[in-house]
Amino acid sequence: MTDFANADADSVPIRRRRALAPSSNGRPWTFYVLATLFTLYVIALYGPMVCIYILSFQDVRGGLVFPMRGTSLHWFVDLFTQVRTGDVKGAFSRSIRLAVVVTIITVVISFLSGLAFRKRFAGDSVVFYLMIGSLVAPGLVLGIGVGLICNVLGIETSWYTTALGAQLSWTLPFGVLVMFAVMSRLDSAWEEAARDLGASAWQTIFLVIVPILAPGLVAVALFGFTLSYDEFTRTLLTAGSLNTLPLEIWSMTLNVTSPSLYALGTVTTLISFIIIGLCLGTIARIQKRRVSGPAVH
Amino acid sequence: MTVENGSIELAGIVKSYDGTTRVVDGVNLKVPDRAYCCFLGPSGCGKTTILRMIAGHEDPTHGEILIGGHEVVGLPPVERRTAMMFQSYALFPHLNVRDNIAFALRVRGVGVQERRKATDAMIEKVRLTELADRLPAQLSGGQQQRVALARAAITGPKVLLLDEPLSALDEQLRVQMRQELGRMQRDLGITFIHVTHTQLEAIAIADIVVVMEKGKIKQAGPARDVYDRPQDRYVAEFLGGQNVLAGRIERIEGDSAIIVSQEMRDVVVPLGVRRTVSAGDRVDFAIRRDDVDLVRPEIGGSSKRAKVPSRVRAIEYQGSFVKVILDKIGDDELIAYVPDRVFYRDPFSVGDVVIAGWEKDKARMLARN
Repeated sequence: MTDFANADADSVPIRRRRALAPSSNGRPWTFYVLATLFTLYVIALYGPMVCIYILSFQDVRGGLVFPMRGTSLHWFVDLFTQVRTGDVKGAFSRSIRLAVVVTIITVVISFLSGLAFRKRFAGDSVVFYLMIGSLVAPGLVLGIGVGLICNVLGIETSWYTTALGAQLSWTLPFGVLVMFAVMSRLDSAWEEAARDLGASAWQTIFLVIVPILAPGLVAVALFGFTLSYDEFTRTLLTAGSLNTLPLEIWSMTLNVTSPSLYALGTVTTLISFIIIGLCLGTIARIQKRRVSGPAVH
Repeated sequence: MTVENGSIELAGIVKSYDGTTRVVDGVNLKVPDRAYCCFLGPSGCGKTTILRMIAGHEDPTHGEILIGGHEVVGLPPVERRTAMMFQSYALFPHLNVRDNIAFALRVRGVGVQERRKATDAMIEKVRLTELADRLPAQLSGGQQQRVALARAAITGPKVLLLDEPLSALDEQLRVQMRQELGRMQRDLGITFIHVTHTQLEAIAIADIVVVMEKGKIKQAGPARDVYDRPQDRYVAEFLGGQNVLAGRIERIEGDSAIIVSQEMRDVVVPLGVRRTVSAGDRVDFAIRRDDVDLVRPEIGGSSKRAKVPSRVRAIEYQGSFVKVILDKIGDDELIAYVPDRVFYRDPFSVGDVVIAGWEKDKARMLARN
């Protein structure tokens, strides 16, 4: 019997291994070409930003270009204390508050429309294409349009009314598209099981659907927040007299000529990363809780 | 209205999604209280749709569904006193075993204390006490099934509906869980309706087997009846274990038909209940594979036996018996299950000429449609 088992085990695999590994040390030359390309891409992507972060840590003699002149946190202090750099603190707090409101509205409406689109309804494809339309329309044009209409109707533009609306035109389609992807994994058997066990429609939503979709909802929230937090084109002509942070940064590039500008860049990047980290961490925690242990299906 | 027992009556059930094709096409069936009933059929035969209509997840296009004597069409599942176990179990992935099982009590607003007590008792019953704090993803397939069973049973249903409950398990576990389902059914003392496409599963476990094809019931009855006395070619072939052979009636002799075909000569088949056939008709008859025995042509045999000369085409050893595949009779397989002790006394090899024979009254005339 051992003869049967070993008969052809010796010859075949060796020939195969050669065919799969053309170069002597195990990696084909294309690996090194592609790895170099990728490295260059990463440098081109992050290099400029890293320059700004480094230059923001100069001392009082610092300028806008290399070389570095000393190291300190001078320009960070300057950023929040000097009036000549603009209303950074106010802009920052407006941007955060606006982003939170946008996030909440985006999550709620995306979730509800995700539920709606699971069932076909009259005109659903029209709604869908209208949504995609607002996604691909140039932001600046949309912003100008909103500003124009407000002007005609005599509505005063402000960051918490017109800018909010303009930003939602951007975040909602995104949120709904993400929600589609999230919902596609929602097995309707869960809802039926809940119904079978006597749950009402509301109980099914809050005890079953929302908890199961929680990671996806966090992802939608993350989208909503970050898209709003650095939204520029749609907000530019709709925010009224008080600036959001991206608008403030933009106006600073026109009239501030000190490393405070870079310090602002460092701070906002840091905040973005903290929020993204928190969201991804939450998603990872939920996922881990569900699949840890010997998953057998 | 309260449903007090788990008897089920389906009267003229029709289900059509598009108004033309009928997924379920006029099904009538009575299932007594506390029975274990299996719906058996290939995928797409409408068995799951019937289950879902009994559960209240779909409404029939026509017809009535009575549970415990009450018309239940239009009522939500809770008022029907039914509970369903889904094919993939549909356990809530974010809730642990205890919370999954307690779900039905939670949505009914049962107090925490009482809920906990009832849940723990049920967890004990399905032997999951050590795993009560685990999440579904941390359980094996068999454990998940027990959770699903417990979750469905906690509300004290009168009818438990199981949609392909064993299909997600591997072979060994399937046999084990099959026994467990039987045990649970006796313990709970309620009606089980079990949908499956595996005939072995159905006849092993069910009191009543309902064989379906294309939205219609082909045959319904005790497992042994359906296996041993199939009505027609479809049922016989689906349940397996039978040779179904086609031929032409040469003449009728008393209670028997004499059947011929290209390969068969003067095979006598008792008419049984099929008395309407006459000479010249094309008919099917069935003979169980384990009723067929094989002898070498020189030996011959008594005249009380039906005989078909044939040749061994393939031999498969199956453990307790040997599956001998013979030359086809027309388009039909002819297979003999020979007990392994008998076979190895004088083993055949592929290509041997043999006489396949059986006692005349073991053959059964089938209905032809």
